[in-house]
Amino acid sequence: MQSTQQSVDAIYRAESRRVLATLIRLLGDFDLAEEALHEAFVAAVEQWPRDGLPDNPRAWLVSTGRFKAIDRIRRRSKYDVSLEDVAEHVAALADPSSGEPMESVEDDRLRLVFTCCHPALAAEAQVALTLREVCGLTTEEIARAHLANPSTIAQRIVRAKARIREARIPYEVPGRTELPERLASVLRVVYLVFNEGYLATSGDSLTRHDLSAEAVRLGRLLVELLPEPEAVGLLALMLLHESRRSTRTSADGEIVLLADQDRTRWNREQIADASRLVQAALATGRGGPYCIQAAIAAVHAEAPSAEATDWNEIVGLYDVLLEMDASPVVALNRAVAVAMRDGPAAGLTLVDAILARGELGDYHLAHASRADLCRRLGRTADARGAYERALALTTQASERRFLARRLAELK
Amino acid sequence: MRYLCLLVWDEEKLASLPPAEEERLNAAHLEVNEDLIASGHFIEAEPLEPAANTTCVRVRGGRATVTDGPFAETKEQVAGFYLIEARDLNEAIQVATRLPSAAWCTVEVRPCRQLRVGGLARPSSSKSAHNPFTPA
Repeated sequence: MQSTQQSVDAIYRAESRRVLATLIRLLGDFDLAEEALHEAFVAAVEQWPRDGLPDNPRAWLVSTGRFKAIDRIRRRSKYDVSLEDVAEHVAALADPSSGEPMESVEDDRLRLVFTCCHPALAAEAQVALTLREVCGLTTEEIARAHLANPSTIAQRIVRAKARIREARIPYEVPGRTELPERLASVLRVVYLVFNEGYLATSGDSLTRHDLSAEAVRLGRLLVELLPEPEAVGLLALMLLHESRRSTRTSADGEIVLLADQDRTRWNREQIADASRLVQAALATGRGGPYCIQAAIAAVHAEAPSAEATDWNEIVGLYDVLLEMDASPVVALNRAVAVAMRDGPAAGLTLVDAILARGELGDYHLAHASRADLCRRLGRTADARGAYERALALTTQASERRFLARRLAELK
Repeated sequence: MRYLCLLVWDEEKLASLPPAEEERLNAAHLEVNEDLIASGHFIEAEPLEPAANTTCVRVRGGRATVTDGPFAETKEQVAGFYLIEARDLNEAIQVATRLPSAAWCTVEVRPCRQLRVGGLARPSSSKSAHNPFTPA
């Protein structure tokens, strides 16, 4: 008895998202599918201890959920004429010729991912919906991770589902022509989730860390379902960031720069894993910005020290990245790599040119980079001015402490 | 998790429902209640007498005082409640959406909290069972 209960729990954890993804396709509605999923598990708790586990629990849950939903909609549509459409749709489902529901379970999971990350939804709604429907987090868990009120997150999810219904966003994996753009939207959501966990310095760092782990899981799922080079590149990039997570801050929570991190504590297994992924993705010749960023991170990860890093390779990769994405932030990163290869004076010329363009005038890292280069050139007064400017532009506590420390060292 | 859904009605509107309408509403609630029992969401629900029938009890300094309620003369009053079990707030909202009164009144969905004793979160009574599909 107890063991059956444990099996139901384990099956819920392993299968509930897959079953939900298929039920959404069969029932054509998120809320209806969620209710059906719930009812299917209630039935499982009741029947499995008595009748034993079915041979294929997932198929059992899908068909039970479907029948429960059909039954309920029929009863409800007697009272509610607005359900006539749904009832008609459901009548078609009840027809046994409507197809075997289990044929494309993995496609259903992809459909769910693409729907949750649909560009017609607000960016923050895409994140919340993906975390809840694809990853199975509760509204309260998502709220905790975002340091938000559960009611705010709940409303975001309700509105997103209403938008999916009203805009008739189709539940499908986009076709070949649409795929690159739609995949980019999915990858952006995954990376956003990752960075929320990775860059978090406020709040409960433990729950925020879970967000990165969730993003890596999502990234793996995506690669498994749709091994496009950019999906592979993003997974590699996240693994490479993860591999040095524990060395990014000191025991007392202070920022440790890449050059000063303890490389013996980097996770070599993750690095090797990620390097293989990047190479395979680049070998397709269809790698994009995520692949290039992963390649840059891999060069860093494999270098024995900051000095012994192949900076020429890194500058070359930034050149490629700039061609794909001519953003000033990429240009700034390239300038810092040039400074490592050719010396601080060469880097400073580039940073000053980028700052002169104006877009990064309020970006604290641009001024922090300039300050660092001036410091290395012995231009103390300029360095001090730039650190002060950077300090004025960031509110993040650990970054402020880092900049203040650097500033104090100059006095 | 447990959530309390408070059915906040304009009391005048509730009192002036045509009898046939009220009959339909009541029947629909009874039907939904059975659905919610079957789905495991239902813990308890009751409709309440009008707020004018409230009695307020306070014990101060060991002395009980009893007065008429309510303290505030507002049109909107709690006219009934549902105590439900749901996986998360969005599931609770979904349940609230299904309540027939939601088409007439405001349903306030409030998460229940746990009592902490000696640093440990405790169920509020031995009757508070744990839903298997709610994360611990």
